[in-house]
Amino acid sequence: MERKRESQVKELIRRLKYNKSALFGLVIILVLVFCALLANFISPNDPTPSPPDLANSLKPGFWGKDAAPGMPLGSDALGRCVLSRIIYGARVSLSVGFVAVGIAMALGILFGVIAGFFGGWVDSLIMRIVDIMFAFPALLLAIVIVAVIGQGLDKTMIAIGIVYTPQMARIIRSSVLYIKEMEYIEVQKAIGSSNARVIFRHVLPNSIAPVIVYGTLMLATAILDCAALGFLGLGAKPPTPEWGAMLSRSYSYIVSGAWWAATFPGIAILFSVLGLNLLGDGLRDILDPRLKT
Amino acid sequence: MKWYIAKRLLMLIPVLLGASVLAFALIHLAPGDPARTITGDRASPQAIAAIREKYGLDKPLPVQYWMWLKQVLRGDMGRSIVSNEYVTKEIMERFPNTVELTICAMLLAIAVGSIAGIISASKQYSALDYTTMGIALFGISMPVFWLGIMLMMIFGVFLRWLPISGRIDTLLPFTRITGFYILDSIITLNFRALISTIRYLILPSVALATIPMATVARVTRSSMLEVLRQDFIRTERAKGLSERLVIYRHAVRNAMIPVITVIGLNFGLLLAGAILTETVFSWPGIGRYVVKAVTIRDYPVVQGCVMFFAFIFVIVNLIADVLYVLIDPRIKYE
Repeated sequence: MERKRESQVKELIRRLKYNKSALFGLVIILVLVFCALLANFISPNDPTPSPPDLANSLKPGFWGKDAAPGMPLGSDALGRCVLSRIIYGARVSLSVGFVAVGIAMALGILFGVIAGFFGGWVDSLIMRIVDIMFAFPALLLAIVIVAVIGQGLDKTMIAIGIVYTPQMARIIRSSVLYIKEMEYIEVQKAIGSSNARVIFRHVLPNSIAPVIVYGTLMLATAILDCAALGFLGLGAKPPTPEWGAMLSRSYSYIVSGAWWAATFPGIAILFSVLGLNLLGDGLRDILDPRLKT
Repeated sequence: MKWYIAKRLLMLIPVLLGASVLAFALIHLAPGDPARTITGDRASPQAIAAIREKYGLDKPLPVQYWMWLKQVLRGDMGRSIVSNEYVTKEIMERFPNTVELTICAMLLAIAVGSIAGIISASKQYSALDYTTMGIALFGISMPVFWLGIMLMMIFGVFLRWLPISGRIDTLLPFTRITGFYILDSIITLNFRALISTIRYLILPSVALATIPMATVARVTRSSMLEVLRQDFIRTERAKGLSERLVIYRHAVRNAMIPVITVIGLNFGLLLAGAILTETVFSWPGIGRYVVKAVTIRDYPVVQGCVMFFAFIFVIVNLIADVLYVLIDPRIKYE
């Protein structure tokens, strides 16, 4: 079993090598993870100096004449280094993304397996709840959840996680329904395997491909939604270096010509989402060609 | 067909009821006394008592829900804590603004996206194809609010071509009839207002259109490629029809079916995008309204918007499904 899994991973890497765009996506994500893990060592300045250095407010970066010393991408309205805040922001975005998708996966697998495996009224009930949650645009639902549970980074993770649960539950359910009908599951039942054994040993491991593919793509939208909530002032609280919040606090200054503080965090969001989308598409082509559109 | 629509309409009832439970629960899940949540912090004890009476807040929850639902069905979603206006009235004032913006964005997305997709597919693997699809890839990964800010910066602040926020030049005389500014200025033959409102519409529509545009381009391309591989296209080419005729008369028609589904599915994304775009461009629509309401904890407004969004969203999805069946007779409606 162990050897087989290793060869599967090798096979995956081998095939990723031939998929240039997926590889490019992977590189972006690795850079992002690198920034997130080593933010303390690679960022040139403190992302949240206190008290704020107002003398250095809105100074341009390397391209400008009166550039702030040691701030290659300039400074924001409170004199904080934009580059350092973007690097620390990778940590914020990735952790929100991973925790939110983790929550969605855990809940989605739970409800999806229950619905798909047991069927009947349990299935109908779960799927109706899913339908109701689909009656709202995801961002609106996240906003409403934040309205109830309050703001903050941890609340953002919970809100996005809940919003993505129905999607995950649907994917798992359809995958379970497909696998449940296979002959070897019949055999398992015939030889008297317990439901738990069938689910954990056979159904779940075989549903893993769509979970990985959609999990990656979901991570992309989770980062986007986290930034959107931050931008609307409903996500991370100041002075957390969150990309969306950085944008919303800086864009009023573009009228006075200070474009950098609102431009670079957006580029960071764009490339992270792009990287995850490329990787997700690549993984889909490799792991689950049936899903290809 | 009639039965299909009737059945689909019936199926909306449980979904909308579920949405109403969610909206109702909002007030009770929010921290603090629901009566105070509805009336706001500065309300007098009499006002709080009146609300408690009106919604029967001392009664068991199912009874309260039923009383609240009766109010909502009559179109009464309560009053805003901040303005003390009826929520329904405030939503109706803002709704045309959001509709105008989303329709413009949608038309733009469909026009540009489908043309890009068709051209890309008919010149597969050309430099043009790669460029278009590269741009589309960036398009689907784009944070709309950031794109809005960039457009604002380039075309509004640096080049000074277009206004950066608002709905129309407030100095112009303008008569409001339907609330749809383009329509109103045409009805009143006010062409200066028409030009002004279009100028104010351009940047927000472009920002909002980007993601659906990119999606439409990608789907059109893959669907076109699928159709172009089929036998009937080969037959037409063999008959000696010109490539132009093959593509535009025959392939496009068949290829547009999945595109319509995608457009329908994207409407929700467009509404979510409108929330962000309206905030960036200070557009007076319901997206900005709900965000403001959440920020200042104006719960009756949030409740009203939740119900309203859910209603619009399910209706639009229904229309998309019905269109889908009408366009492609091969699809059986159950």
